[in-house]
Amino acid sequence: MLETEMLSRIQFALNISFHILFPTITIALCWFLVFFKVRYDQTQHPVWMRAYRFWVKVFALTFALGVVSGITMSFQFGTNWPGYMEKVGNIAGPLLGYEVLTAFFLEATFLGIMLFGMKKVSAKVHTFATIVVAIGTTLSAFWILSLNSWMHTPTGFEIRDGVVFPVDWFAVIFNPSFPYRFFHMMIASGLTASFLVAGLSAYRLLLGDEKQAPKLTLKVGLTVAVILAPLQAFVGDLHGLNTFEHQPQKVAAMEGAWETGTNAPLLLFAIPDEETRTNSYELGIPNLASWILTHKADGEIKGLNDFIDNHPPVKPVFYGFRVMVGMGLLMILVAWLARFQLYKQQKVSKGLLKVLVWMSFSGWIATLAGWYVTEIGRQPYLVSGILTVKEAVTDIAAENVVISLTMYVVVYLCLLVAYLHTIFLLAKRAVKVEEFENEELTNVTSPYREDEWENNHV
Amino acid sequence: MFDQQSLAVIFVSLMALSTLLYVILDGYDLGVGMLLPIEKKEHADTMIASIGPFWDANETWLVFAVGLLLIAFPAAYNLILKALYLPSVVMLIGLILRGVAFDFRAKAAVSHRKTWDKTFKAGSFIAALSQGYILGIYVTGFEQSWMATCFAIMSAFGVACAYMLIGACWLVMKTNGELQQTAIKYAQRCVAITFIGVVLVSGLNLWVNPEVYEKWFTWPYGLFLLPIPMVCCIAFFLCFNVLRHLKKMPEHGSGLPFFITVFIFTLSFFGLSFSFFPDIVPNQLTIWQSVAAPESLNFILWGAFIVVPTILAYTIYSYRVFWGKADELNYY
Ligand code: HDD
Ligand code: HEM
Ligand code: HEM
Repeated sequence: MLETEMLSRIQFALNISFHILFPTITIALCWFLVFFKVRYDQTQHPVWMRAYRFWVKVFALTFALGVVSGITMSFQFGTNWPGYMEKVGNIAGPLLGYEVLTAFFLEATFLGIMLFGMKKVSAKVHTFATIVVAIGTTLSAFWILSLNSWMHTPTGFEIRDGVVFPVDWFAVIFNPSFPYRFFHMMIASGLTASFLVAGLSAYRLLLGDEKQAPKLTLKVGLTVAVILAPLQAFVGDLHGLNTFEHQPQKVAAMEGAWETGTNAPLLLFAIPDEETRTNSYELGIPNLASWILTHKADGEIKGLNDFIDNHPPVKPVFYGFRVMVGMGLLMILVAWLARFQLYKQQKVSKGLLKVLVWMSFSGWIATLAGWYVTEIGRQPYLVSGILTVKEAVTDIAAENVVISLTMYVVVYLCLLVAYLHTIFLLAKRAVKVEEFENEELTNVTSPYREDEWENNHV
Repeated sequence: MFDQQSLAVIFVSLMALSTLLYVILDGYDLGVGMLLPIEKKEHADTMIASIGPFWDANETWLVFAVGLLLIAFPAAYNLILKALYLPSVVMLIGLILRGVAFDFRAKAAVSHRKTWDKTFKAGSFIAALSQGYILGIYVTGFEQSWMATCFAIMSAFGVACAYMLIGACWLVMKTNGELQQTAIKYAQRCVAITFIGVVLVSGLNLWVNPEVYEKWFTWPYGLFLLPIPMVCCIAFFLCFNVLRHLKKMPEHGSGLPFFITVFIFTLSFFGLSFSFFPDIVPNQLTIWQSVAAPESLNFILWGAFIVVPTILAYTIYSYRVFWGKADELNYY
């Protein structure tokens, strides 16, 4: 049987991977909702309300999953990584604390008004509540990414008696990799949400939905994706340069570079082998990696052999990186093609709509791949240079972790299936609803209300 | 800047405050969840409508309490969570199930609604029972004995019943008509059982923990403390009578039982915390032994001074927005 350390790692990775699926959507989707709501307040055109009402349902469901899986996360540090809190608790504690204080309460309280208060408060207050929830989710990402970045590139601390103490909070929060990670993650969230918006709208159009709302949301989603996808590649490149400076062994694993050398090629494909410390089936573009990372064709890149016994497992980092970048390039291609068609012909072809449906959750794949690169790339450390995973692990019996892990796997799998099923079900149901009701067109100032709760309008 | 000693007291008080708020607030929505009738759809809808806008914020007090433990008393956080590993996982699974079922039931196909209602109810039960169980083990200082387990199981049922009581009182306040009458009936039953539960748990606690006994029955503390159980008894009695009265005249003071219950929760909580102060892990670790670095605590404290009142303010605002009887269920 596996020992406690490995089981705890699997459990932690499972929990956080499940958790991050939902925040990536909600962080940006909430800003989409703000946009729909503000446009409605400005124009009073019911199509914006329709867009809002459909997407707020998707949002609420996603948010609920994000909240419950997040609560699990805040227990994980104590249950499985006691060494973590002992060693760096003085840093991690306040950052997590500020996340709860400034973000969680804000979003959770105003969420109530946003979801259930449309008839109880004025349109202005309701829009305000929506904006506050969006700010809350973004703030929450700010704090947790600050902590995570600190674990990659720790600064602003000193070690006394083997325990980390903060010296300069500004340096802790705005540590060297934080700006890159924060923007890369925010854009990742924007891309995930925009592909979801475009994908589900495409799904509705393919089912024969002739209404204005899905056409509008398709356009909004694609427009955002067209801007963000190339921007992400640019920010990702900067992020890589930052990592090259602070965690060269991670970049070596991402590039699959064993030997230190100049004129390093950019490997499009290879099978790295840690036993023989070579790659097979290499396919690469000469000099490109050197050029990207040092802006010189003959720039030097440190290889993995310079970090023997002290570098991460190569395969997952190497492949993960290619999955993420590949997905990023695909996103650029598809978003531009579809948006261009929409611009030229006022509609997107059937084939491309189908591609968009398939890419509804492509953001998830890229995001998970990216996190795996970054987190596995930090191994064997938990906090770079300060604390290894081994030192942090709990000593509870492996059987207990097996029990908890099994419970999580079962519950999470069921929830994931139910979530995906319900999301597409919501879209299918929206197809059957009529365009606008007379009441909405004659009395556009009154917020639209539902008569029966099962009767899910768009 | 505060020194480490005062910081320990400030943080343990903050933690007590947020735990108490959690127990009251999530207590009522877990209670409503446990009382959910699967067969009566209209009632279930109204009940869920009455907690819809609040449950998420309510649960956040748990995250805050755990967060404070983690920030201020990392050693205790590790010790407690390690000792409570499986019960806390079970509790989390319960919270997960009820949190998502709540949203799924509104959006899934009509044919699946009942399944989600059952999930909601089961999740609420699992969460409440495991919280009670955790309380029981905690109070006995993580003792591994047959007696301690029995005590924990009893405490599990006690807490679940107390949550049902506050949940039923919440419904008495937020609903009317047939549902309100049903809620009154539930509340009456729960008041009686909760009363017995509180008496039993307090008695056993005195019996099991000689230190606690000493605290309550030495001069002059005893004199100040004696009013607590007495007032508590009076409150129970009052609650019982108000409920009986409401049966006939449901319009007058339907909020009273809820506030009396909140009062009872507060007193019991205060009594319990007093019994153990300054231990953060009963009989093992005091707050002074486990408190974190003052640099960190001061840094978060200034934020807390500003933010906590703000949180309370907008929480009150949100309760005002949804004041009065719950409407029919109306999503967004
Ligand atoms: C980049 C974003 C991000 C990342 C990396 C994480 N989270 Fe998260 N988390 C959010 C973004 C987020 C969010 C967007 O703010 C959520 C999702 C849905 C929600 O309600 O808030 C959230 C919810 C959420 C909640 C529930 C809050 C509530 O009750 O409203 C908790 C307790 C956590 N998270 C804790 C964690 C921990 C301990 C993490 C790391 C180990 C973590 N999250 C990673
Ligand atoms: C949200 C996206 C995230 C994902 C998908 C993710 C994924 C992962 C994965 C896959 C590992 C396992 C690496 C390995 O063991 O080989 C890991 C490790 C770890 N990560 Fe993250 N992570 C995320 C964010 C965070 C954040 C925000 C924190 C803390 C603030 C964090 C803290 C840790 C810790 C403590 C470990 C060590 C445990 C371990 O090695 O398994 N992670 N993460
Ligand atoms: C297209 C070109 C892209 C490049 C060049 C790029 C580059 C990078 C690099 C170098 C890292 C590793 C950071 C580290 O070393 O710690 C990273 C991480 C990550 N990437 Fe990308 N990326 C790209 C596209 C994407 C896309 C499309 C997404 C998601 C939609 C995404 C999501 C992430 C996430 C979530 C992480 C982990 C968090 C972080 O460290 O920021 N990336 N990316």
